[in-house]
Amino acid sequence: MQSIRWLAALPFLGMLVGPFFLNRVEPYILGLPLLLAWLVACVVGTAAVMAVIYVADPENRRPEDRR
Amino acid sequence: MSAALAIVAAGFVLALALGLYARSGREMGLEQWTVGGRGFGTAFVFLLMAGEIYTTFTFLGGSGIAYGKGGPAYYILCYTTLAYVTSYWLLPPVWAYAKRHGLYTQPDFFARKYDSPALGMLVALVGIVALVPYMVLQFKGLGIIVSTASYGAISPAVAVWIGAAAVTAYVVVSGVHGSAWTAVLKDISILGVVVFLGLYLPLHYYGGYEALFRAIETERPGFLALPEHGQSPVWFSTTVLLTALGAFMWPHTFASLYTAKDPRAFRRNAAILPLYQLINLFVFMVGFVAVLQVPGLTGPDVDLALFKLSLQSFPPWFVGVIGATGVLTALVPGSMILISGATLIANNLVRPLRPSQDDAATARLCKALVPVIALVCVGFALSGGDTIVQLLLMGYNFVTQLFPCFLASLMRRNPLDRRAAAAGIVAGMATVAVTSLSGLSLSKLAFLGPLQDVNVGVAALAVNLIVTAAVARLPAAQPRPRAAG
Repeated sequence: MQSIRWLAALPFLGMLVGPFFLNRVEPYILGLPLLLAWLVACVVGTAAVMAVIYVADPENRRPEDRR
Repeated sequence: MSAALAIVAAGFVLALALGLYARSGREMGLEQWTVGGRGFGTAFVFLLMAGEIYTTFTFLGGSGIAYGKGGPAYYILCYTTLAYVTSYWLLPPVWAYAKRHGLYTQPDFFARKYDSPALGMLVALVGIVALVPYMVLQFKGLGIIVSTASYGAISPAVAVWIGAAAVTAYVVVSGVHGSAWTAVLKDISILGVVVFLGLYLPLHYYGGYEALFRAIETERPGFLALPEHGQSPVWFSTTVLLTALGAFMWPHTFASLYTAKDPRAFRRNAAILPLYQLINLFVFMVGFVAVLQVPGLTGPDVDLALFKLSLQSFPPWFVGVIGATGVLTALVPGSMILISGATLIANNLVRPLRPSQDDAATARLCKALVPVIALVCVGFALSGGDTIVQLLLMGYNFVTQLFPCFLASLMRRNPLDRRAAAAGIVAGMATVAVTSLSGLSLSKLAFLGPLQDVNVGVAALAVNLIVTAAVARLPAAQPRPRAAG
């Protein structure tokens, strides 16, 4: 599915736009200041998004990729 | 000689031995020496890419910026993550093109795509200019490590010389194969050391993370978020974007793409490497613990935060283990940078001017240039007063200027010709050079409002885009297949 690719926009939104709204120290989430906790969540989310894209990409299912 | 210094020296020797071992039984021609014969699998490509991104910068610079600036340090977590996202689509076509045309270096790619050896030479120049601050920061890191591990017996200046000599010897001996093997060793040790420090130090001094952050918040309110002015959210956003676009424009990173056997390695890494980013979190912890435990470091000295704290917390032998890890984090990227710099000059500046020069002569020239480049960087390392992060950001401002014409060259029909590409690069580079030499920054221009905090590299990128677009619209000197614009 081509549209799954657009998931890749989420990390950009989270990291580039998020800090404008979440630029605070408190409350602490899992012991981390709010802004740091948000960015860590974005990093983990990015890995998940890219894993989904990898699995959904037909390019990676061919036995030998020789493009 | 202290126990710490002995362990650091042992780290050097081990790395050198691995380099010699990796080289054994291989003919070191140009292709073997620079791109490992294009035979590296997922694991090695992963390590080389991670190896370049986890450098002295992560180790000393990351803790230094957390110590010195607080919240703005978080940008380090973000930019490589975003770079990996783009790498999923950008790297495989570059790899395929490089393999088809037998390319060795980054300028080779631009020269071939734009059918212009002159553009290749321009890109090579950009690469060399940007690599110098990057190499300087590795040497500065080595200097800090060796001099700290000797408990002051060796001055930082002498330590820089020792470090530079070691990196040079290492590179001349082994080329890129040595980098891959040392990267294995380096990644295991940095993972172990940084995770240990990041867990142990906050627990030891504060009993937990939240207690650590609360203590800092009480002492310095707002330090753990972004400030209103200066390194504000606008700065954060533009810096992350700039460095994410630039991450793969470094000549040595670009060249390491060529070492892969299969483009799928890049796609798989795009999902795995962001998690690897989280190592930075532990590095930040070290810097944050240092804020209240070893206060008073300012200016370039913030890069000492990790070691000052370690000296205060651990026995000499463990300081030595940390130092040896630090040496490895400088050695892997340092060797890649020296190889790239030497290859750029030999293959992309000298060779176009001397068409008779064959591969063997180019390889010989490469090896001869390594000590020369190292010497130049030692000179800068001993004279400059910038922090590790400032140096890195300056290099990023330079390499990112290559991004627009790189992206255009991947399109099915490239909207740019060589003149537009060259004009854009020159305009962007000139903007960066003028602003960094004159110390001009947007923050002095009050009428810009919140835009004052935009990273100056982004401003240069905007100039670059405007000039590129303008030149691309000029009537073509020779007929092109498609009307401009």
